Amino acid sequence: MTMPLIFERSEAGRRAYSLPDCDVPRKDATELLPGWALRKRAADLPEVSEVDLVRHYTKLSQRNHGVDVGFYPLGSCTMKYNPKVNEDAAALPGFNALHPYQPEELVQGALELMYELGRYLCEIGGMDEATLQPAAGAHGELTGLMIIKAYHESRGDGAKRTKVIVPDSAHGTNPASAAFCGYKVVEVKSDGRGGVDLDSLRAAMSDEVAALMLTNPNTLGLFDENIVEIAKIVHGAGGLLYYDGANMNAIMGIARPGDMGFDVLHFNLHKTFSTPHGGGGPGSGPVAVKKTLAPFLPVPVVEKKDGKFVLDYARPQSIGKVKAFYGNFNVMVKAYAYIRALGAKGLREASENAVLNANYLMRKLAPYYHLPYDRHCKHEFVLSGEYQLASGVHTGDIAKMLLDYGFHAPTVYFPLIVKEAIMVEPTETESRDTLDAFVDAMIGIAQLAEKDPEALHTAPHKMVVGRLDDVTAARRPVLRWRPNKQTNAG
Amino acid sequence: MNYVPNTDRDRSEMLADIGVSSMEELLSDIPREVRLQRHLALPAPMSEYDLARHMGALASKNRTTDDLVSFLGAGAYDHFVPSVVRHLVSRSEFYTAYTPYQAEISQGMLQAIFEYQTLMCELTAMDVSNASLYDGATAVAEAAAMACRQTRRRQVVISVAVHPEYRATLRTYARNLGIEVLETGMKDGVTDIEELDRLVSSATACVILQSPSFLGSVEPMGKAAEVAHRSGALFVACVDPISLGILAPPGEYGADIAVGEGQGLGSPMSFGGPYLGFLTCRQDLVRNMPGRVAGETHDPDGRRGYILTLQAREQHIRRERATSNICSNEALSALAAAVYLSWLGKDGVRELADLCLQKAHYAFDRITALPGFEKASRAPFFKEFVVRTPIPPEEVSAGLLRSRILGGLPLGRHYPEFGDAMLIAVTEKRTKEEIDSLCRALEGLA
Ligand SMILES: Cc1ncc(COP(=O)(O)O)c(C=O)c1O
Repeated sequence: MTMPLIFERSEAGRRAYSLPDCDVPRKDATELLPGWALRKRAADLPEVSEVDLVRHYTKLSQRNHGVDVGFYPLGSCTMKYNPKVNEDAAALPGFNALHPYQPEELVQGALELMYELGRYLCEIGGMDEATLQPAAGAHGELTGLMIIKAYHESRGDGAKRTKVIVPDSAHGTNPASAAFCGYKVVEVKSDGRGGVDLDSLRAAMSDEVAALMLTNPNTLGLFDENIVEIAKIVHGAGGLLYYDGANMNAIMGIARPGDMGFDVLHFNLHKTFSTPHGGGGPGSGPVAVKKTLAPFLPVPVVEKKDGKFVLDYARPQSIGKVKAFYGNFNVMVKAYAYIRALGAKGLREASENAVLNANYLMRKLAPYYHLPYDRHCKHEFVLSGEYQLASGVHTGDIAKMLLDYGFHAPTVYFPLIVKEAIMVEPTETESRDTLDAFVDAMIGIAQLAEKDPEALHTAPHKMVVGRLDDVTAARRPVLRWRPNKQTNAG
Repeated sequence: MNYVPNTDRDRSEMLADIGVSSMEELLSDIPREVRLQRHLALPAPMSEYDLARHMGALASKNRTTDDLVSFLGAGAYDHFVPSVVRHLVSRSEFYTAYTPYQAEISQGMLQAIFEYQTLMCELTAMDVSNASLYDGATAVAEAAAMACRQTRRRQVVISVAVHPEYRATLRTYARNLGIEVLETGMKDGVTDIEELDRLVSSATACVILQSPSFLGSVEPMGKAAEVAHRSGALFVACVDPISLGILAPPGEYGADIAVGEGQGLGSPMSFGGPYLGFLTCRQDLVRNMPGRVAGETHDPDGRRGYILTLQAREQHIRRERATSNICSNEALSALAAAVYLSWLGKDGVRELADLCLQKAHYAFDRITALPGFEKASRAPFFKEFVVRTPIPPEEVSAGLLRSRILGGLPLGRHYPEFGDAMLIAVTEKRTKEEIDSLCRALEGLA
């Protein structure tokens, strides 16, 4: 049965809302506003009762898979369990019912939390100062690159350094952020072990390069063993190193980007630090930097002066603002709570178990799926659907079939350097039982690929809809509902 | 606490299955010289009970807007959030999911986004909406970049009456993108259309105005759109979605792109975030639109379903040629907005806007009747307005706090010419009694 849209549940005259009385003398809107300022045609919003509304969105929620529903091994996204106590903390009125422009003395608790979170992140990343303003990882990348640009400009080196180097294994946001920061993107190749190809890097390096963007472990889930040499090459030519913190979950308390030679990094609080992904956001992407780059951080920065927490705007070399106010505060509350709950020991254990779970899965699956880089992985690993391709089965088919087993699929077709890529990140919060069940499903699918490839081509079979037609969706885009339109009739 | 289910026995058996003798062996590819040789210097771990107490203690160091009577607005508004919103966005099938990359297992979120897009199109009277951006400020910056791509021009003109933090964000983005930003001034409390007309040229990619402006004034949007279009520039309207229950929507005055801050649509103020950046536009601009978008499609049996579409614009496909670098957005805030707007419905959205209008005008009339408090302009306004105060507005704020009132925003920091003025916001939550007590407190201070 077709699931109606909220608009299709609408009945003129039904209502869910109740608003306070108008307890002031009421005047007609036309007395208060000029005619040209008034809306002519009313917005056609749905008219539903409260119970209709609740059932509608409850039903929608039941048509959605989240970490609380089941395994979600979406590579590069760190879909770990989101502790409930953090949700409760973030819902406290003392954090929730705060206006961003309240005088500082009324928000000392909020500023203290931000100040301490910034310090914890610096310690975890091996950095000196942090901003919590960016709203997500990509926003952090953009902010970090702007800081790098401002640094080069402050040294009279800005006009010359027009390029940013990105490995071919990088996430799409890396080159996109570099371009959004006005840089030309230069791609370097990966070597046979999955790391940055040093010759390719040396060849690309010059005094026109502003920075290298890297994540380590990289998007193959592999630690780049040449990191010290890489840093030497980049720094040697006057460039800076940017660390994409999407993969921090592998190394907390084990190694720090700052100690590897990185100058700037962003964190994804919605990955490493357990804040929920919200069905696509909100996240939070704090940026931490080495001392030399601190003057360029966005304003304001939370400072501690004479035992009081203040918002410091007096930073003449700052890149300015990248967002209104101070960042996704409510997300910060959850990340702060997570770090306080785990402490140094818990964070390290989280990373170790993330690495253990990933290696366990990788070894169990390697007999059935091509493993292009056969070394110990860190928190995630990348398989290739190449074996299955022989029987005409694509990675996309494997992903769709997994849904029928009640698992979200891994990330597929990324990183781009692996043909038919299947990127698996189990995280530390999954039990061995879950991992074993996933292994069984993957083996079952590998066997099915040989016996009955057609069953995979038509998967999924047990979801609320069958495989959706993405080609038509893009060719003839229907991006909103309209009343009485054939395409909406289902 | 670390939320790890593996037992010691699990661990040793798993290591054996992997074929290594220790955890260390799995980490052996990390060079010694970059290994951390000590524990992280972080506070000791806490039990859940201790953590809950600690968080409660931190929270109680803040004075909340529940505690005080707030007349503070300036881009974050104390609107009522009905219980249904919090309950529905707290469904963990929604909030523990991520971007719906696998459509068939994510139909709930995808349909909710599709509904959100439709609701925002209706509200702004535009053709298409994306799935959300970070906030109002970045939505303005993204709209400017979008207009530059569309027109192949590299200059934008923005009114000084647009939120100062939005303009600051735009400047940061534009400087790095090589886009020139020109600011146009105000006259009689609204954007000076004559000055705008002088600034806009065939080099201008877009004109950006906010209505109601940062100072609360309903702006001459139709006239500004005409000025922009005469030079082949796009017109970007930054709007308060709550106001659109009563004020003319961007689609009715010829806007090409509408953006704004959607916090008022069911998100708490949360000390500045997470909020909801929205962007709607004309149909023919859709391929230059930043961010994700959900579209309708069908399965092999003809069943209707939803999927992320037009992805050829996005970073994971287009990389450095993408329309934006955005990846994670504010999906849960968009869900809150969808629930909130469906809760309000057709009549509710109009009644709510009318309530804000009535209460703000009552407050304005009463305050400007007080000796020494003067209106700053005669511009029409919606729920927010500027008054000049007989004593410095910072002192007014401090004085009001003694009566448990959170006063308006002193404007001097952002607008030196309004150094003696305060921006006051009145939402539907404020009662006549609260407004009257604000007036009494102000009278006592003058
Ligand atoms: C490796 C990598 N870098 C950057 C990002 C971008 O992060 P966000 O989605 O928070 O903007 C992601 C997220 O998917 C990622 O996996």
